[in-house]
Amino acid sequence: MPHDHHDHSHEGLSTSGHPYRADNDTGLSYWQVMEIALRELLIEKGYLTAAQIHAQINAMDSRSPANGARVVARAWVDPEFKAALLDNASEVSRAMGFDIGPMHLIALENTDEVHNVVVCTLCSCYPRNLLGLPPDWYKSRAYRSRTVIEPRKVLSEFGLNLPEQMQVRVHDSTADMRYIVIPAQPEDSFGLSEEALAAWVTRDSMIGVGLPLAPK
Amino acid sequence: MKVRVKSHWPPGHIRTPAYLRGKIGNIERHIGLFNNPEDSAYRQAGPQRELVRVRFHMAEIWGARAERGEDVIEAEIYAHWLEPV
Repeated sequence: MPHDHHDHSHEGLSTSGHPYRADNDTGLSYWQVMEIALRELLIEKGYLTAAQIHAQINAMDSRSPANGARVVARAWVDPEFKAALLDNASEVSRAMGFDIGPMHLIALENTDEVHNVVVCTLCSCYPRNLLGLPPDWYKSRAYRSRTVIEPRKVLSEFGLNLPEQMQVRVHDSTADMRYIVIPAQPEDSFGLSEEALAAWVTRDSMIGVGLPLAPK
Repeated sequence: MKVRVKSHWPPGHIRTPAYLRGKIGNIERHIGLFNNPEDSAYRQAGPQRELVRVRFHMAEIWGARAERGEDVIEAEIYAHWLEPV
């Protein structure tokens, strides 16, 4: 049996070899209590129903980088669309049918000369209304502080080594705008359909810490 | 247009990053009028402020420590934080 060996400790692991996750037996934090109190008040006073709140959580959870990938893929095949996207990314995303709420979106185009990367040094602003929730590392203090100081080193840790002559543009989401990077289309993908191209567009390539990849 | 971010250090909810205060950059684009977070964070109704994207060279921000001085940072700064150079 795969787990029937005794040469190392199984402390902290289940019988199937997976780490235990601690039960949530600790008390609620201040902000968790505040969230519950506010939510219950809104329901008791009749402003919202529990079903409406849950539907909104579901809507947020269902947003994913696939939405942004469709926008990028269309920009790759349609120069007029790309021009409109660079001019007003919010309007164009809404016209494609994405419910992005009041979000103000700016699209940034990567070229042979320029590489764009997005960070929020003050908190963790991210185009959630299009791409869904941000990755954990995006919210880390290390990413937020180092990306404005040494972006090339940070990008190299993501496996992205940029040529010295290429300009790095770091976009700090300090206020009301949110950002999506339009990565350069890989040569290997030229001629593919818009739908096929969307599978090449990774979340990381839309943040600017990665490049589009051939789907596996 | 060349601008300097004011080197002010008031208390409160400020969305002008500390590392850009006192630094000189060029206006990249004007974005429009937005609520001022310095008011709205405290539920105060103040005037809307013009929001501007400013482009800074790494050399201006980090000096000789910059990885590559010609790389840039772009950030949104409310116009009342900017002064002409």
